[in-house]
Amino acid sequence: MSDTVIPYMVKPHPVTGIPNGKFGIWLFLASEVMLFGALFSSYVLIRTGAPHWPPEGGLSSEILNVPLATLNTGILITSSITMVLAWASCKLGELPKFKLWMGATILLSFGFLIVKYFEYSHKFELGHYPSHDNFYAVYFTLTGLHGVHILGGIVVNSYLLGPGSKLWATDREHFTNRVENAGLYWHFVDLVWIFLFPCLYLL
Amino acid sequence: MTETAQESSHHESPHESPAEFKKHLSRYYVVFVALLCLTGITVGVSYLKLNRPLAITVALIIASIKAGLVAGVFMHLLDEKKVIYAVLLLTALFFLLLMLLPSLTILEVFKST
Amino acid sequence: MNPTTTPTATGNGHAHDHDHGHDLERHGHHELPFWRKYIFSVDHKVIGIQYAVTALFFLLFGFSLMMIMRWQLAYPGQPLPLFGKLLGETAMPGGVMAPEFYNQLGAMHGTIMVFLGVVPLAVGGFGNFVMPLQIGAPDMAFPRINLASYWIFLPGCILMMAGFFMPGGAAQSGWTSYPPLSDIATSGQTVWCLAMVLIITSSLLGSINFIVTIVQMRAKGLTFWRLPFFVHAQLVTSFLLLLAFPPLEAATVMQLMDRLAGTSFFLPSGLVVSGEQLKVAGGGSPLLWQHLFWFLAHPEVYVLILPAMGIVAEVVANNTRKPLWGYRLLVYSVIFLGFMSFVVWAHHMFMTGMGTTMSTFFQTTTMIISIPSVVILTCFIMSLYGGAIRFNTPMLFATAFLPMFAIGGLTGLPLGLTASDIYLHDTFYVIGHFHYVVAPGTLFALFAGIYYWYPKATGRQMNATLGKLHFWFSFVAINFVFMPMFFQGMAGLSRRLYDPTVYAHGRGVQALNVVISMGAWGLGLAQIFFIINFFMSLKNGARVTENPWNATTLEWAAPSPPGHGNFLTEPIVYREPYEYSVPGHANDYSPQFKAEG
Repeated sequence: MSDTVIPYMVKPHPVTGIPNGKFGIWLFLASEVMLFGALFSSYVLIRTGAPHWPPEGGLSSEILNVPLATLNTGILITSSITMVLAWASCKLGELPKFKLWMGATILLSFGFLIVKYFEYSHKFELGHYPSHDNFYAVYFTLTGLHGVHILGGIVVNSYLLGPGSKLWATDREHFTNRVENAGLYWHFVDLVWIFLFPCLYLL
Repeated sequence: MTETAQESSHHESPHESPAEFKKHLSRYYVVFVALLCLTGITVGVSYLKLNRPLAITVALIIASIKAGLVAGVFMHLLDEKKVIYAVLLLTALFFLLLMLLPSLTILEVFKST
Repeated sequence: MNPTTTPTATGNGHAHDHDHGHDLERHGHHELPFWRKYIFSVDHKVIGIQYAVTALFFLLFGFSLMMIMRWQLAYPGQPLPLFGKLLGETAMPGGVMAPEFYNQLGAMHGTIMVFLGVVPLAVGGFGNFVMPLQIGAPDMAFPRINLASYWIFLPGCILMMAGFFMPGGAAQSGWTSYPPLSDIATSGQTVWCLAMVLIITSSLLGSINFIVTIVQMRAKGLTFWRLPFFVHAQLVTSFLLLLAFPPLEAATVMQLMDRLAGTSFFLPSGLVVSGEQLKVAGGGSPLLWQHLFWFLAHPEVYVLILPAMGIVAEVVANNTRKPLWGYRLLVYSVIFLGFMSFVVWAHHMFMTGMGTTMSTFFQTTTMIISIPSVVILTCFIMSLYGGAIRFNTPMLFATAFLPMFAIGGLTGLPLGLTASDIYLHDTFYVIGHFHYVVAPGTLFALFAGIYYWYPKATGRQMNATLGKLHFWFSFVAINFVFMPMFFQGMAGLSRRLYDPTVYAHGRGVQALNVVISMGAWGLGLAQIFFIINFFMSLKNGARVTENPWNATTLEWAAPSPPGHGNFLTEPIVYREPYEYSVPGHANDYSPQFKAEG
């Protein structure tokens, strides 16, 4: 795009020891921590203010589908390791293996969304929309926002698997850095789910 | 593998040989299995129907361990540069403040009722 | 070797003229197509100017809203001549302002001035244009993210404007959009939320870019303690934007859910609206919004003021021809301010029934945060002492910033203490207080910045006479606007009153409303000098060389205007930023980029 040469795009900065992209993605994740932090905090506030939780009585684990959510947790954890392996394949200079693992990551993320779709549609069939009560409001908002992050991850990963992988031919190190950054984001999305799962489904 | 590692002292940087790098891969599998086991445990515990404060404590401890594993190993936070630690420390500080927010509000509710 | 730029390469208004001569490493396309060069450009200077021009437009627009609003306050219930008919029958039936329209004007004035005006100008505009130049970088670390940042911001602005065309008009719940009012307001509020999500996303992208650029891309020799104060201020500002904005984004998403999906995040149980119980699940907390909003919005206050302080530091050092007094103290103060700004938010909420423990805590932190502000102001005043001050236009604005900001800051103290805040809360006193900080404070500093860096951006000087007229008329008028507000507030007059004369205590200070409105319209007229100057100087301003102010920081090493890639030779930094009037040197300034002073 620009023909201006930006320093430390690929090579690490001599003092900080990291290239620009990695620093950038960590700053982005820092802001994401604050975004989800605010939502969790709101959840705690609304929940502690409610006389019963869930407001309609019963237990979260009886209202929400724990087996499906456990399956989804497994799917996300698996997608995290395939993402690591995709990056490791780049490190080892094996592009075909990278494509394999990256493809697996993307498939797993779709799997997560499909399971989520079944969960959501079941709730809608029962007439349990976000407006039902604040339990559903929190559930749909938090998982919905997390789902949007999954979608974002799919877009980035598909780009790296498809047109983005052309960079491999010209600058392997740069491409590997990009995969690493996408991985950092992906693991963060996994990490958010690790907290969402017990907080929403089990407690 | 590119050979120019510049002044980087990162032990996972390109001057590590592929064979050595491969050896490290095993730890990712270990973490993967650990994460699956912990997921099983946290679901299992939820069927015990512990009283709420205890259930919350246990679930959050397990979640924190899982998060620690993901952040530490998958995201390489166990061995990261100072500048990233600095950013995360700052974030953690403000994150804690944000989590205090509900308790600040509840404090008022108790005072006024 | 001599890293200084050759003086022959300057005195020319066209950036690419230099490029053709000196650009050896760069190959291929010299001439980008028009739309890539000026519209979807990745060049930080173009993006900075885009941000600045957009922001200036919105500042004028937001100010115009207020000028209309001031008519109703000065002459309640009387038809507005000329414009009254133009705004349509719903907004101004028979030329008299409808209460709903009054509320829209107030809410949108605040939103536009803060989020579409001052922040984009201070951070998006000056930060983007000046900061990479001051650190000797060829561009921002992520040029394309920078491009995305502006092109997310602009649709956000347009969406915000679209609110006026929604049924029921634009958002009318104040710039703070407190629920439950905002949750049940007309659809303009939905547009407000959506626009805010875009604007917040844009500023997040911007702040990531700023931090990475400042940390990773400084020129050789430019250590932390050699950075100009403006860069320090931008760095702290970026961290505030990065960490404080996401909670508001979360809150805005929840408000959108409340409005669109019918959830009750901010709606308590049993809420009665117009005599009927609202049909929602309830169980939410309106206070939650206030907490999340002010968790952002108090750091936001420092996002407004820190870049302004940075600009004042640059202009003051340059025009007193002596080093900034207490440079390190300034840097420590600005970092401390940044930290403290996160722990004072609840002083906006003393009236929410907060317990004494909490209010004591927030009173204490609020008193503490005033200390670094005073330190910074004192450093600036000490910098003036004993200097051979050049009172050019930027310096006039920068000097005026000092007492104006001091008034704004000191009048804030009674608001930070619960005992006095209970009386003054939500009165015109508050309006006077924060406008003194932001209008004659920040905006004057931003004007100083425009006059100071205009030659760098365009290669031409702005007209000094018009500049002085602009300054003096603005300075006098603006004090007529905000000073009487303190008296009104102390008389107990509430803000957001459609007709202040319905109350006896309002009638007592109604005469002041006429004075304020006259001041506001006068201030509007004074800006004509600036608008004429801004556009005329593009063509007719005196051409300048690369360093017209005899300044020391790195942006003055680049040609005016800087070409693609900014510097002709890679700049190397030899000294601290403000080495003016060093004894024994031939010149009264020793630039950072010259090996021998």
